[in-house]
Amino acid sequence: MLASGMMLHAVAQGSAQVVPARAQMATTLGFHIILACLGIAFPSFVLLAEFIGLRRRNETALRLARRWSQAMGVLIAVGAVTGTVLSFEMGLLWPGLMRQYGSVLGFPFAIEGLFFFLEAIFAGVYLWGWQRLPGWAHWWSGVPIAVSGIFGAMSVIAVNSWMNQPGGFTESGGQITSVSPWQVFFNHAAIYEMPHMILAAYMVAGFLIAGVYATGILRGRRDRYHYAGFAIGFVPAAILTPFQIFVGDTAARSIASDQPVKFAAMEYVTQTSRQVPEWIAGVYVNGNIYAGIKIPYLDSLLVGFGPGTRVIGWDSVPPADRPPVVWLIHLAFDVMVGIGSLLLLWGLWAAYEWWRRRRLPPQRPFWWAGAVSGLAAIVAMECGWVVTEVGRQPWVVYQYLTTADAATRNGGVVTTLTLIIILYAVLGVATIAILRLLSRRWRRGDTEEDVPYGPSPEPQSADAGEAGR
Amino acid sequence: MASDAVGGILLAGITLYAVFGGADFGGGLWDLLAGTTAQGRAPRALIDESITPVWEGNHVWLVFDLVIFWTAFPYAFAAVMNTLALPLWLALAGIVLRGAGFAFRKELSHLSLQRAAGATFAFSSLMTPFFMGTVVGAIAAGAVPADGTRASLAAWTSPTALLAGFLFVAACGYLAAVYLVGEAASRGNRAMQAYFARRAQAAAIVAGGLSLAALFQLQDSDPVIFDRLTSGRALPFVVVSGVCGLAVFALIAFGWPKVVRAIAALDVTAVVWGWGVAQYPVILPGTGVTLSNAGAPEATMVALIVVFIVAVVLVGPSFALLYALQGRHLLGGGEHVAVPAGVPVADMRPPAVGRHRQQPPPTEHVGSATRTAALGLVTIAAVIRRLRHR
Repeated sequence: MLASGMMLHAVAQGSAQVVPARAQMATTLGFHIILACLGIAFPSFVLLAEFIGLRRRNETALRLARRWSQAMGVLIAVGAVTGTVLSFEMGLLWPGLMRQYGSVLGFPFAIEGLFFFLEAIFAGVYLWGWQRLPGWAHWWSGVPIAVSGIFGAMSVIAVNSWMNQPGGFTESGGQITSVSPWQVFFNHAAIYEMPHMILAAYMVAGFLIAGVYATGILRGRRDRYHYAGFAIGFVPAAILTPFQIFVGDTAARSIASDQPVKFAAMEYVTQTSRQVPEWIAGVYVNGNIYAGIKIPYLDSLLVGFGPGTRVIGWDSVPPADRPPVVWLIHLAFDVMVGIGSLLLLWGLWAAYEWWRRRRLPPQRPFWWAGAVSGLAAIVAMECGWVVTEVGRQPWVVYQYLTTADAATRNGGVVTTLTLIIILYAVLGVATIAILRLLSRRWRRGDTEEDVPYGPSPEPQSADAGEAGR
Repeated sequence: MASDAVGGILLAGITLYAVFGGADFGGGLWDLLAGTTAQGRAPRALIDESITPVWEGNHVWLVFDLVIFWTAFPYAFAAVMNTLALPLWLALAGIVLRGAGFAFRKELSHLSLQRAAGATFAFSSLMTPFFMGTVVGAIAAGAVPADGTRASLAAWTSPTALLAGFLFVAACGYLAAVYLVGEAASRGNRAMQAYFARRAQAAAIVAGGLSLAALFQLQDSDPVIFDRLTSGRALPFVVVSGVCGLAVFALIAFGWPKVVRAIAALDVTAVVWGWGVAQYPVILPGTGVTLSNAGAPEATMVALIVVFIVAVVLVGPSFALLYALQGRHLLGGGEHVAVPAGVPVADMRPPAVGRHRQQPPPTEHVGSATRTAALGLVTIAAVIRRLRHR
């Protein structure tokens, strides 16, 4: 959906290479960001499970941690290579961006490299240390993975937020003459983009874990193991959801002042005015909004807490400087907000049931919601990226460099795009197939000792396997 | 000069990627050449066990080098990425397939799927160093114009670039074989120690021959670099590399795998630094693009130096810990070691690479590896000759 959306509106720009280049960036980034979320947040959940297991001598939690870290091994490997694709694409697809601003936006990437190192090194220790390292030493070897996941995410988001709110450099005669690295890193948009993405990563990972076990519970596997797996994913993610909504709301208000044209596209603000209505859903075509629900004054209220708040519309800039296909931006924004709100309500349902009866809701709809919560969180996160990235167009560096000027002039991007779509389709299917294979193997519970990649099996089952041969 | 320091950091990063990441690619090469399922089981298991916990950490050097390159020298970076887009795409495809193939192979239980994933891993381990080599060869031969905006096929299909591609593959195989001798020795596995010692010698011959060929090819394509390598300031590196190569060839059969491993790493290090010193201070030979005029302002350079120092302080000890744990076999399954691609599912005996297990020596004729190496060299030489005379 992301890729086709990008394709559609990129067509409107007309330049030959920028179209496939953006489609390719959208495909590869849209794919990698899911793995990135898991890379950032999944280790924390594994560590949480192992912590519970070690602290309370809880065999179930330990088994969960051990199995999750096996899945984590696969996901980190695929994430490492798809992340490398993006590093190459920065130069191969956007040489104009790197040539002009490489010296400015490169520094946060260097810091990210540092944390990527720590993540990969300690993943090597943690994933393979299950068998021979003592319990708590092993747990501590996983802590740097979780910490560097957060700081690595901050560094990458520093680059993206800088592209939205560039600063910390001076340019004269087309040359970068000075750079102030800290202002680049902690730019104006970083304050809200960083927590927004890190919280999103934790929500995606937590709800995905919860979703796997909710599905199992729906299928009748109502045992301690499944409830524990659900709870360790669900509880942190549900607790973070209201914070995410607060951060997102703050971000939207900041965008209204920092990038008013993006905000106008998000909310269908055609003209700068007061008493602006809020549109829920609706498709904007040639000045008309179809199938939308209009709530008077609400947009002004949300932006400035009063119906008289003046909101800048997209008429404030010439048509060439407006983002294309505003309906995509608006709908993506609405879907993200809608899913976030539903996840909040779902979490409140569980909280209420726990408060009154000290249990999780037994109703099947609660677990149906659980089964799809992970996918919903992914959709919301992807929609957020559509808003950020498509909403910034036609700029790659907001008000400094257009995407068309940054794109490669080499032909053949259509070819690489096609090949990458095929490759990523295979990669995606294979990754999911292998995770399912692992899950089936765990359910059978008897052949874990034959699994080489990932932590070794529990000693007792291994011994049993050995004897059985 | 800050830009010189960052140039040194970049070269150090490239060296570390070559010495550590290169060996992981070389492991894939030996996996590819390990023969049929039954024949290749022992070497594949050893390769798998040696690469598994460390390859991702080693891979990060590539990302780190790319980042330093584009941050410090953005003009040169853009020119390289534009001009050499095709080999870079191909190297990238290799990186994706290698990582995914390696990770997937371990989780698959069907022999045919394991074989497919294993073949993907092994073949792409060949592809990536080759195309990276052509990129470096093209840069060294001065085929990247300062304001390059268009991809050029000629730039990386010149004899120098292709030779560099073959040289990279051979060097990866050489490093991997030497390291694997050490891995086998530390597990008390005499058969594998001998197996990889022969391959290390063969790869040393090929890599040495290709280095000499590449050196003399540079005489035509980039005489400035050739002069510096053969009689100028880069000569000591060439000498060190040659001596190291001979030492590895002579010593590998006699044991001391740790010493030999260090000498082989020094060998590759000398090649990388010989190249760097020979073209200093120019980044893109044949152009006026130098370390100081290729891009970034002073503050960026200083920031990169600070990041590098922090990296040395944080990442250095972390790597030391990882390699120390790996060296003591504390990572991985111990008795329940990797089952590499191609192990018949029905024949699931405990893999024969355990520390205390001996296995029958692989059935192969002594010297067949050396013969293959010589044949390979002759073939490559013939290809290059044809290209030159075209």
